[in-house]
Amino acid sequence: MKPGTIVAAALLIILAALPLLTQAFDQRYLLSVGTRIVIWSIAAVSLNMILGYGGLVSFGHAAFFGIGGYAVGILSAEGIQSGWVQWPVALGASILWAALVGALSLRTRGVYFIMITLAFAQLVYYLASGLAGYGGDDGLNISRSRFSGLIDLRDKATFYWLCFALLCATLWFCGRLANSRFGYVLRGAKSNELRMMALGFPVFRYRLVACIIAGAFGGLAGILLANEGAYVSPAMMSWVKSGDLIVIVVLGGIGTLFGPLYGAIAFFALEEMLKPLLDLVHKGWGEYWQIVFGPLLVLVALYARGGMASLLKARG
Amino acid sequence: MKSGLFGAATIAAVAFGLQPVWAQDSVKIGFVSTFSGPQAAIGEDMRRSVELALEHLGGKMGGKKIEIVYEDDQFKPDVGKARSEKLVQQDKVNFVSGYIWSNVLLASLKTVADEGDTILVGANAGPSQIAGELCNKNFFSTSWNNDQTPMAMGEYLNTKGVKSLYVVGPNYAAGKDMLAGVKRTYKGKLMGEDYTKWPDQLDFSAELTKIGAAKPEGIFIFYPGAHGVQFVKQWAQSGLNKTVPLYQVFSIDAITLPQQGELALGTLGAQEWVNDLPNDQNKRYVADFKKKHNTYPSYYGAQSYDAIMLIASAVEALKGDLGNKDKVRAEMKKANFKSLRGDFKFNTNQFPIQNFYIQETVKDPQGMMTVKTIATAVTAAKDPYYEKCSMK
Amino acid sequence: MEYLLIQVLNGVQLGLLMFLLAAGLTLTFGIMDLVNLAHGSLYMMGAYIAWTFVTWTDSFVLGALLALPATFALGMAVEAVVMRRLYARDHLDQVLATFGLILFFNELVRVLWGPAGKSIAVPPFLSRTIEILPGVPYPAYRFALIVVGAVVAILLAWLVARTRLGMLIRAGASNRRMIAALGVNIELLFSLVFGLGAVFAGLAGLMAAPISSVKIGMGDDILILAFVIIVIGGIGSIKGAFVAAMLVGQIDIVGRAFLPDLLKTVMPPASASAAAPAISQVLVYILMAGVLVWRPTGLFGQRA
Repeated sequence: MKPGTIVAAALLIILAALPLLTQAFDQRYLLSVGTRIVIWSIAAVSLNMILGYGGLVSFGHAAFFGIGGYAVGILSAEGIQSGWVQWPVALGASILWAALVGALSLRTRGVYFIMITLAFAQLVYYLASGLAGYGGDDGLNISRSRFSGLIDLRDKATFYWLCFALLCATLWFCGRLANSRFGYVLRGAKSNELRMMALGFPVFRYRLVACIIAGAFGGLAGILLANEGAYVSPAMMSWVKSGDLIVIVVLGGIGTLFGPLYGAIAFFALEEMLKPLLDLVHKGWGEYWQIVFGPLLVLVALYARGGMASLLKARG
Repeated sequence: MKSGLFGAATIAAVAFGLQPVWAQDSVKIGFVSTFSGPQAAIGEDMRRSVELALEHLGGKMGGKKIEIVYEDDQFKPDVGKARSEKLVQQDKVNFVSGYIWSNVLLASLKTVADEGDTILVGANAGPSQIAGELCNKNFFSTSWNNDQTPMAMGEYLNTKGVKSLYVVGPNYAAGKDMLAGVKRTYKGKLMGEDYTKWPDQLDFSAELTKIGAAKPEGIFIFYPGAHGVQFVKQWAQSGLNKTVPLYQVFSIDAITLPQQGELALGTLGAQEWVNDLPNDQNKRYVADFKKKHNTYPSYYGAQSYDAIMLIASAVEALKGDLGNKDKVRAEMKKANFKSLRGDFKFNTNQFPIQNFYIQETVKDPQGMMTVKTIATAVTAAKDPYYEKCSMK
Repeated sequence: MEYLLIQVLNGVQLGLLMFLLAAGLTLTFGIMDLVNLAHGSLYMMGAYIAWTFVTWTDSFVLGALLALPATFALGMAVEAVVMRRLYARDHLDQVLATFGLILFFNELVRVLWGPAGKSIAVPPFLSRTIEILPGVPYPAYRFALIVVGAVVAILLAWLVARTRLGMLIRAGASNRRMIAALGVNIELLFSLVFGLGAVFAGLAGLMAAPISSVKIGMGDDILILAFVIIVIGGIGSIKGAFVAAMLVGQIDIVGRAFLPDLLKTVMPPASASAAAPAISQVLVYILMAGVLVWRPTGLFGQRA
C-alpha cells in the first residue's frame, strides 16, 4: 500500500474511535474539537470538488454553512423541530442557491469568479444580519433537530458518529465522482477548457452540476454546524470563514481526496495547540500564537507545494 | 511520515495532557474576552481589572487559591463558543466570566450554562434575550441589559429639555437595541435615524452632512470601541460640535478617550458606573488602577472587577466548598459584595437593579481626559424584559 | 443643492481614498499576477509607521514624509522575502501565504504598538472648515484629502501613460511573458512596482488615520472593498480602478444619504429605515455582480 493510503486509513480508524478514546482518557473537549474538524472537513471536501478538481475558486463557500444552518434555525424557531423536514429543506435551499450562483458566476473566470462568488456570499450574510425576527446579528439559539427517537443529537458521541458517517459518505461520493467520467471532464476543463469544449463536452453544464453538488454538501455541513452549537449566526458565513475553508483545502492539498481532511485537522489542531505550546516555552507567549501560525502558513505555501497530501506522496 | 504522525501525537499529548493540572484546592475561573484584533484594548482593560481584583483578594477566595484562565474570542461567536467549551470541558472551571459581545455570549450560553452546568457571570454583554425568555439560573450579570443605558439617556434628555434629536448607530443587533432604547423613553421630536455599516464603515461624512441639514438640538450615538473614536473625531472635524451637542452611550470611555482627546470635551453620556462614584471600594479600585497603568479604568473593567468580587462573595460564604451548585447559585443571588457602583441587587432574572448616571467628558487636574458624574438619570432601574423571564 | 454638492464631495473623497488602496492592488495583480491579501496590512503598517513618525517629529507633514519611504522599504522587504517566491505560483498558494502574512502583521502590531488603537491628529492648519461655496462649510482636512488624492491619481496616470516604467507596466499587464522576453530586468521591475503599491497603500492608511483610528486589522475589511473595486474596473487597469473607485464612492454615499428618503416615498417610514441600511450595505456587491454578469472581465479588463 502507498503511504498515503496507510495514513488515510489510520486516520479514519482513529477518527472512528475518537469518542471511545476521549472517554477512556477523560478528554471530553477533544471530542468537541473532533466534531468541529469532521464538520469542517465535509465542507472542505465539497469545496475541493470545485476548487481542486474544477479549478473554480469559490470565495463564498461559507454561504452554505449559513443557508444550511439558517434553514434549520428558522424552521426550529417556527416550531418545526423534525429533522425529517428540516434537513431536506436545508439541502434543497442550498442546492437552489448553488444553482443560481453557479449559473451567474460561471460566466466569469479566475479572479473574477473568486470575487463574484464572494459578492453573492456577502448578500446572504447581510440578509441574515437583517433578519431581525430571527436574532439578526445576534444570531439565533435553537434546539437540535429531532429524528423521532431514532437518534438523539444531543448526545455528543452519537452526534459525532453521525457527522463522521456523513464525512465518510462525502469522501466516498466525491472520490467516486472524481474518478468517474464526470470527474475527468471537470479536471480536463480545468487544464484546458477549449479542448474539452472542442471535444464536444458541455463544460458549463458539467461545472454547474459540480457547483450544485458542492453546494449540497456545504449545506449539509451547515446543518451539522447549526446542530453542533445549537446556534446559528451570520458570523458563520462571513467572508473570513470562506477564506478559512480555502486555507484548509490549500493547506491539506488541493485536488486530493483526503487533503481537505488533513487540512482541517492541521488547522484546528494548530489553533488548539500552538497557544499552550508557546505558553510552555514562556508563560504569556501563547496569546501571540498567530505570530507563529501566520508564517507557518507562508512556509507551507512556499515550500510544501501541493499541501500536506503531497508530503505523503513525496515520502512514498 | 509515520514518525511525523507519532511526533504530532506527542505534541498533542503535551498540549492537551500535560497542561498544568489544577490542584483540587483552587477556585478556577475562565475569562472570555477579546484579546486580539481591533477591539483587543477592551479585553486588556478587563484583564487589568480582573488582575487588580485578584490582588485585592490576596489571590485567594474562601481560603483557596484562585486560578484564572483567559481565552480570546477573537470577536467571533464561533471562536468564543469553542473557547468557552474548552474552559468548561477541559479546564473544568468553576465559573466562567467576561464576554464583551452579545453574539459571542449568546453563542456560548448553552455550552456553559446548560450543558456545562457552570455559573456564567456576564461582565459586559446583556442582550435582551438573556434578560427575558432565555434567562438562565446559571447566568448572572454584573453589567446591564442593552436597552437600559440608552433608556436612561432618553429620560435625561427629557428633563434637560432637548426638543429634537437625531439618532445614529451601527446596523447590527446591539446598535438597533440601543437606538430603540433611547426612542422608548425620549419624548421630543425625532429628526432622523441612521444605521451605518458594521463593522467596516470608517467614514461618517454622509451621516454628518444629513445631521447638519436636519439641524437637531442633539445627536445620540452608540459606537463602541474604535468606532466611537472615529465618529467623535469626524463630528468635531465637521464643525457640528459647535452647533449640535453629542449625547452618547458606550462611545466615549477610558479606552477611547486617549484617542478622542479634547475633541470629546463637554459631551454627555449615560453609564451605570463612573470612576468618581463616591464609595470606598471604588476610590481604592480607581486609585490602584491609575497607579498601576497610568490611565483610568473603563466600565468594562469595573464590571469585570465586580464579576470577580461577586464570585468571591459566594465562594467566601461557602468557605470554598463549591460541590453543591444550588448553594453556590443561592449565594450568588444574594449579591453580598461591595460593588464599585455602591448598592447592588439582583432582579429575578439575575440582572442588576441599579442607578444610571450622566457623565460629562472633562480634563482632570493632571490634564488627562476622563469623565465625571454630573447627574443621576434614573434610580433603581429594572430592565424592561425581566417579566418575560420564567424565574421568579 | 449645497447639500447635494457636499454629499457628492463626500463620495469623491471616499472614492479617492479607495483608489489609492486599489491602485497598488491592481498594479501588483495586473503585472505580477499576484493575489495579495496582505495589501491591507501595508495600509495598516503605513498608518502605524506614520503615527510613530508623527509622534516623534510632532508634525503631521514631516511624519508623513518620513513614513512614505519607510513604507516603500517595508514593501520592498516583504517582496524580497515572500512575494518574489510567489509570482510563478498558483493563485491559491498566494492566497494561503498572504493570508498568513495578515495574521503575522496583525500580531506584530499588537506586540510592537500594543492592543490599544492610536490616533493621529489633524494638522493644525487643516483643523478648521473652509467655505467651498459662500455659506457652505466643508472640513479643510477632507478637502485636502481630495486634493492629495487627485494629485496622486494624475501623477499615476502620467507615470503609466508617459514614462518608461509606465510602458513596462502597461506591457506587463497585457502580456507578462513578452516583457520578460524583451530583456527587461524583471526582478527590479517587480520590486519597484510592489514597493510603489505599498507606498500608495501606506499613503491611504496615513491619510485616513486622522479621520478614523489607527487600529489592528484596519486594513482587513477595507481590503475586500479594494478587491471589489479592481474587479469592477478590470484587473490591471489603473483607469478602471479609478472609475470603479469613483463609482463605488458615489454609490456608497447615495445609499447612505438618499436611499432612506427615497424608500420612504414607496414604503412606511419604519420599514424604510430598516431596509435602507441593509440595501446600502449590499449595493456595491450588487454592482459588482451586475458588472461581472454583463462584462465578465470588468469594465476595462483585458483578461481573466
